[in-house]
Amino acid sequence: MAELKKTDESMDATPNVTEVQTVDAATEEEAVAAVEAPVDRGEPILQVRNLVKHFPLTSGILFKRQVGAVKAVDGISFDLYQGETLGIVGESGCGKSTVAKLLMLLEKATAGEVFYKGQDITKLSGRALKAVRRNIQMVFQDPYTSLNPRMTVGDIIGETFEIHPEVAPKGDRRRKVQELLDVVGLNPEYINRYPHQFSGGQRQRIGIARGLALNPEIIICDEPVSALDVSVQAQVINLMGKLQDEFNLSYLFIAHDLSIVRHISDRVGVMYLGKMAEIGTDTQIYDHPTHPYTQALLSAVPVPDPDSRDGRERIILTGDVPSPANPPSGCRFRTRCWKAQDKCAQEVPLLAVPERFKAANTPAAHETACHFAEEKNVVHAA
Amino acid sequence: MTIIDETAESPGPQETGRPLLEVRDLHVEFSTRDGVAKAVNGVNYSVAAGETLAVLGESGSGKSVTAQAIMGILDMPPGRIPKGEIFFRGQDMLKMSGEERRKIRGNRIAMIFQDALSSLNPVLSVGYQLGEMFRVHQGMSKKDAKAKSIELMDRVKIPAAAARVNDYPHQFSGGMRQRIMIAMALALEPDLIIADEPTTALDVTVQAQVMDLLAELQREYHMGLILITHDLGVVADVADKIAVMYAGRIVETAPVHELYKRPAHPYTKGLLDSIPRLDQKGQELYAIKGLPPNLTRIPSGCAFNPRCPQAQDVCRTDIPLLFPVTERDGGELVGRGSACHFWKETIHG
Repeated sequence: MAELKKTDESMDATPNVTEVQTVDAATEEEAVAAVEAPVDRGEPILQVRNLVKHFPLTSGILFKRQVGAVKAVDGISFDLYQGETLGIVGESGCGKSTVAKLLMLLEKATAGEVFYKGQDITKLSGRALKAVRRNIQMVFQDPYTSLNPRMTVGDIIGETFEIHPEVAPKGDRRRKVQELLDVVGLNPEYINRYPHQFSGGQRQRIGIARGLALNPEIIICDEPVSALDVSVQAQVINLMGKLQDEFNLSYLFIAHDLSIVRHISDRVGVMYLGKMAEIGTDTQIYDHPTHPYTQALLSAVPVPDPDSRDGRERIILTGDVPSPANPPSGCRFRTRCWKAQDKCAQEVPLLAVPERFKAANTPAAHETACHFAEEKNVVHAA
Repeated sequence: MTIIDETAESPGPQETGRPLLEVRDLHVEFSTRDGVAKAVNGVNYSVAAGETLAVLGESGSGKSVTAQAIMGILDMPPGRIPKGEIFFRGQDMLKMSGEERRKIRGNRIAMIFQDALSSLNPVLSVGYQLGEMFRVHQGMSKKDAKAKSIELMDRVKIPAAAARVNDYPHQFSGGMRQRIMIAMALALEPDLIIADEPTTALDVTVQAQVMDLLAELQREYHMGLILITHDLGVVADVADKIAVMYAGRIVETAPVHELYKRPAHPYTKGLLDSIPRLDQKGQELYAIKGLPPNLTRIPSGCAFNPRCPQAQDVCRTDIPLLFPVTERDGGELVGRGSACHFWKETIHG
């Protein structure tokens, strides 16, 4: 744990995330009641504070000792509001999928808190935890491996009701599953089919139906359309938008495709090597990016318009992403950054609104973790 | 279109005017448990030296199978080429002996695959695998081959090439591995490179690096490039001309600028409308309804008809040929074709 101390100074006091109204539940009943309480649209429903996940690296066979840690997520804070979509983008290895697993409690956080309606879910247990798990569901990337090939679609979706029988009483389950299939645009008569009888897009619809089964409030989507063909991708994206309106869902939408994230998200966070580089509304991030990494990322996206070939500025980064086991000191992006100076190697830049943008009150005034933040339009052709 | 020239034994690399590679009426089918899957159903395309042809299509459109047929790496059986010709420098490769084809494969035509990790041998050093090209095709000594490997790794901008030549594939990052694949394809300075989804497995910043490198090397060596991809963005950045494939046929061909501005096939139009844009926040995306067809049961007539918003009776009965596309007044549009009975309505509204 001595490892952790070093990053502490960069983690305390992240400004501009809303204050957590903690709920101290004395009894299990109170805790469950707090989880079940409704949240108004536009109020924070999930508040993540200084979330850290380090995977230990060990050596030795009999006597394992820790020789280091892969710092997959290293102090991330953000809010997810009721009814909104927060997009998280970043390249492979930036920790975005680990964030998803931490929020689903599939991995145990090394440090930090995840407040769901004011209660830290990393510390919950028993019935209250079960209630939280019902309210936070996940849609996985790969519709081929995330569905059990030996179970029928009815069993895959209906299995959730075994664990949470209060949602659908036993006699009612088949009808409920058929209703869900209908909601996601599949023929309810397919209830007895097996996953291999469906195409990739249809399988992803089954995954979404399973995510919806328990009437959750939050759905965490980890690359939900990246395995799909372009024409089918649009169908699934449209479906997800429709379901969000219909069931008043909050999405945490994790993806590497920046165009799709812009399309679906209200706010976007850009991650790099386990840290949040920049976060803001879709217009702030895409049209007024201030972090060099965001700018490079956006400029590297090929735009389906041959006429913009020469009009758009391309920032081609050199080198690869450093290993998260041994990230650079100071700013993690400095090894690939064209603006890097001595200060970047010494001081970890905090995620904050730069003072000079704050005063000007422009769309550039959003949180960014760069010592030399500057606005630069890289998406639109000059 | 007069390509067959028996005297053209080994034309010089500067030969111009005639295409380097020409695929004519190629058909490929596979025997499966569900019947015969018709993966490629009469594909025609050509590439000249220094030109980039992008073959665009979704999974199952036959774009990769066509490439494998060109390379001669189809699994046969279950694959079969019932019909078609593939001319490389005027010679039909499908009529060549295995020996003759082997001399072309890797040497004159090279291929870059999507997944560099599974395309490289994990138990051999990258230097050994690169050197193999020289040892096998040119009979070079081990020592010379290694020196050549280092040179190649430098060429594709792998830092500290001399120090890393004995490293194994797993010690390289995804982008570096793809560079090694490119180096391997370039080793013998081929006339044509076929790149099958070369950047699909890479992150976007690395994708930009790799595409840049590929384009630079293509210019330098004046190679033909067939870029197979599903990514409309990548195509827009590098291609000269585009062939859009659907269910084993080419449904539209066009120079790159033309295709994006005025698609002449409803499928192309649908694809362009269904991608979210980085530079604007869209409303609901246009979605092509339905699913790509099962290749063992391709719909009669135009294969796209069950998904097409403007399908008529004729689309369900007659297979549309690749009609030449013209201006409204009949003016010629060079290199444009559309396999749609209603291409006029599609392009001219």
